Formats: sequence, structure tokens, C-alpha cells
Amino acid sequence: MELKKKPRSEGYWFYFFNTIILILFSLLIVVPIWNILVSSVSSNAGLASGGLMLWPKDFTFQNYTKVFSDSSIPKAFGISILKTVIGAGTHTVFCAIVAYALSKSRLIGRKFYTTMGVITMYFGGGMIPTYLLIKSLGLLDTFWVYIIPALFSYYDCVILMNFFREIPASLEESAKIDGASEWKIFADIYLPLTKPALATIILFNGVGQWNDFMTTKLYITKQYLYPLQMKIYEIIVQSNLSSMTQSGSTDVIFKATTRGVQLATIVITTVPILIIYPLLQKHFIAGMMEGAVKE
Amino acid sequence: MNTLKRLYKQRQLQLMVLPGIIFMIIFNYIPIYGIITAFKRYTIVDSMSSAPWVGLENFKLIVQDSFFWESVRNTLAISLMKLFLGFAIPIFLAIMIFEVKNMRFKKIVQTISYIPHFFSWIVLGGMLISWLSTDGFFNQTLMALGLMHKGNNHLLDPSQYWWIAVLSDLWKEVGWGTILYLAGMSRIDPTLYEAARMDGATKMTQITRITIPLLAPIISLNLILNVSGLLGSNLDQTLVLMNSQNQSHAEVINSFVYRMGLTQGDFSYATAVGLGISIVSVILLVITDRITRKLNDGHSIIV
Repeated sequence: MELKKKPRSEGYWFYFFNTIILILFSLLIVVPIWNILVSSVSSNAGLASGGLMLWPKDFTFQNYTKVFSDSSIPKAFGISILKTVIGAGTHTVFCAIVAYALSKSRLIGRKFYTTMGVITMYFGGGMIPTYLLIKSLGLLDTFWVYIIPALFSYYDCVILMNFFREIPASLEESAKIDGASEWKIFADIYLPLTKPALATIILFNGVGQWNDFMTTKLYITKQYLYPLQMKIYEIIVQSNLSSMTQSGSTDVIFKATTRGVQLATIVITTVPILIIYPLLQKHFIAGMMEGAVKE
Repeated sequence: MNTLKRLYKQRQLQLMVLPGIIFMIIFNYIPIYGIITAFKRYTIVDSMSSAPWVGLENFKLIVQDSFFWESVRNTLAISLMKLFLGFAIPIFLAIMIFEVKNMRFKKIVQTISYIPHFFSWIVLGGMLISWLSTDGFFNQTLMALGLMHKGNNHLLDPSQYWWIAVLSDLWKEVGWGTILYLAGMSRIDPTLYEAARMDGATKMTQITRITIPLLAPIISLNLILNVSGLLGSNLDQTLVLMNSQNQSHAEVINSFVYRMGLTQGDFSYATAVGLGISIVSVILLVITDRITRKLNDGHSIIV
């Protein structure tokens, strides 16, 4: 039993294949995205020339200038930003206020309130009853349909409750002795101490708002309220639909947009997400864990 | 009297919950009440109270509708394929990432793998339409590898749609799906692996005897959620990728509800479909919970 000729270290082949497979996996994610990027900075002639697109062909920014020359795109960008900032901000504040009260075991009716909340996590009315509600509230074709129905989610409330409960009660008690109101304790003690949790909720809700397309599809018919996602849907999906029906449709949108322009719009829509991605990555693991581990 | 006094004392707290309760009543409970639409004949011209009761008539119509059954078939096919691939692959991927020794490489792989999760389905749908088109990236690659001579548009071929729906969803979510497992694995006591190594256990034995059994609770939670979501379908994905050519294989229950309810205005019919699906989903949830409870020594995973 001597180790004269040491064989390859333990698990060598395991690590070897593990690394190879993970590199291939990463390429499988990155290369198609790269293809979209280089295609968006290629000319129409370059795109039509065929062959593997791993590098721009006939490099140009004309697709991007074309996108921005259509004034509806900057407007849609504005709507997207507004709904993201206002939506995520109000959602987080609203949830935090409710979560603060619900995190106190002395709250009378707490059991009833939380049961009410848990039920909403498993049951819902579904698409049509919700649509009829939104309609009867007069929210159809208003900007507020992006904000008001998205104000609260019990799931986010639970995450915040868990964070609030970890704050030592002694802090609250001493503030009470000094005569502080609940609102003051909430705003001056709890909010500053749970910044990471609040950031997680803001970021995730913000990404949700930015990426949301269903709200527009269901409740909005006015062009000027379209966010970027709906704009892409209109430009890409509908123009492709019309090109696919073999009737030789003369759809205006289709005629106006080439593949390069479509891809440029996609890239523009995704860039803000990629910019905040490092921030997201910092926060999501902690946030997901809290939500998942506890109840 | 005492409770009233206490209630008055904590009026600020009560005032803070109140908006949440009002919100849930309006936006969660009124739509749940709205499900009664399923038992009425309610079209655009009616109001909720004027619409006549019809009992189970809507359900009878649904069962006879061949388009409904087609959407059920597509939903089940796509969900089952997603279940088999989308459930198992993140577990393998998470184990592989966990085993990486080089921290920098590990970080890079993780960073890359989470990115597609943050793309909206509209953005990814637009990318897919480009990739899968006649002169798109997918065909470019196949042709460069000599596996294909002439490109065709894959999204126009109904027989390929299920795979497109499943694989694109997998591509988007597989990295994200590893997070919970990775978090679970980081909590496994490293001395277990050391002891196993001393006893001469190979890497594979360590994975099958230590890692996977200790991940069992997370795995079964995911399984329950996956199975109870079998009849749920991705409306965003369907609306982007469906076209007149592939509709026979792309229409899922959700898009069917959308089309019947909002495009054709048959509110009652569409609500009834939605209700039927929710009931079946709850039954599936309870059944899978019972089964995994048996496997987990009587502990329920949910709640």
C-alpha cells in the first residue's frame, strides 16, 4: 500500500467533464444572445447575405437611428420607465406598511388577516372575472391600471414580515417610552434596518413592471399608453403574423420594420435590465432564500 | 370592552393593515366572487346582475368543444415535457455548479445562467422568431455544421411547436432553477463529504448518497409545485410564439380562455373554463402533497 506513482488526483475525470459541460452550457446561453446583438448592428444586406452570424456584417447603427426616429418608441420608453419607477416604489411602500402591522403579534385579528392573505396566494378569480372588475372600476385604458392593481402582493408582504420580525423588540420599546408613534417607529427604525429586503422587493417588482406585457395586452387599447414590451409585440409578433399569412399582406407595420430594426428594439428594451443586473444578482439570493426558507 | 380598549390603543396599527385588507377584498376576493359568472350567461351586453342563471350549461358546452380538448392536449403535452426536463435538469446543473472548485469560473457560470430569466417573454419571443426564421441563427448553425442544406421557418411547423415551447422555457429558466438547490447544498455539512472520501467513496457516490438525499425536501417541494401547475400554461409565451400556422399545437388552455373571453366576448364560457382548470389544479396539489408527505415521513411540504 504505497503511493509511488500517484494516479491522477481523485475525481480528475469528474472535474474534467464537469468543466467541459459547464463551458458548453454557458456558450449555449451566450452565443445566441451575441447573435442578436451583432445582427442588430448589421445592415439589411449583411443580414440577408446568409452564413453564420457571429460578427457584425457591414457594421452600422442605422437600425438604432431608425428605431429612435419613430417617435412612438421614445414615448413607449417613457411609459415603461414611469410604470416601473412609480409601480415598484408604491408597491414596496404599500407592502411594507401592511407587513409592519402584520408582523406584530399583538395586532388584534392578525390570524384572520393572515389567513385572508394566504388564501390569495392559492386562489384567484382568473382572467375574466379580474378583467370585469378592472372594467367596472373604470381602469381600462388608464395609466393607473399599471399601478393600482399591482400595489399589493401577499407574497412580498410575507418576505417583509420575516425581516421585520428579526428586529429586536427592545428598539421598539425604547422608542415607545420616548413617545414615538407607530408610524415614526416604522419609518425611523424599521425601514432603515431592512434596506436590503426593501431593495430586493423594489428591484424584483421593478423588473416585473418593466417586463410586464399582459397588463397592456388585457386592459389597454390606446397606443400612447403602450410600454416598450407592447411596442415590441406590435412590431415583431404582429408583423411576423402578417408576413406569415401567405395572402401577401400589405400591413403597414410590417413594411416599415426590417429584422434589423426589430432586433435593435429588442436590444434597447433589454439594456436597462442588463444595467441593473449586477444589483439584482447581489440581492436576489438573499431575497429568494427568505421567501423560500420560512413558510 | 377590554378588546375595544385594546383596539383603540392599537388604532395606528389597525390603520396600517386596513389598506392591505381593502386591497385584497377588491382585487382578490371580488374576482373570486366573480366566478359565479361561470354559472350564468353573461356577454358584453349584460351586467352581472341582469345575466340569467344557466346552471352547468357552460360546462356542458365546454366538454363538447373540440377546440377546448385540443387546448387541453397541448397544455398537458407541453407541461409534461416541461415537467420531465425542467424539473430534473436544474438539479443536475446545480450539482455540477456546486462541484466547481475554481470560484471565479463558478461565479461566471452562475452569472451567465441567470441572465435569461430576466428577459421578458416578449423579448425572448422576438429573439426566437429571429433565431428560428428561415435565415435565422438556428438554421445558420445547422447549415454551418452541414446538418441541413436549406433553411425553413421552424415556427411555422406545428409538429415542432411543443419542442420549441419546452426548450425555450428550459433555456430561460434552467439557471434560475438552480438557485434554491445551490442554497440548499451550501448548507450541507462539509464534514460529511470528508468522511465519505476517507471511506473511499467516489465523487458519484458522494453525490447520490449525500447531496441528493439532503436536497430531498427542496426537490419534493418543486415537484409538488410543478405537478399542481400541470394545467397552468404560459400565456405570454403562447401569445408571442403562436401563429395561424402552428395554432393547432400552440393553443393552450390560457390562450383559449383569452380568445373566448376577451376576443370573442363570451365571458361566462371563458370563466367556466378557468374555474374547471383551477379545481383540477387544486386536486392535483392535494394529491401530490399526500404522496410526497408519505415519502417524507408524514411531513407536509406546503405551509
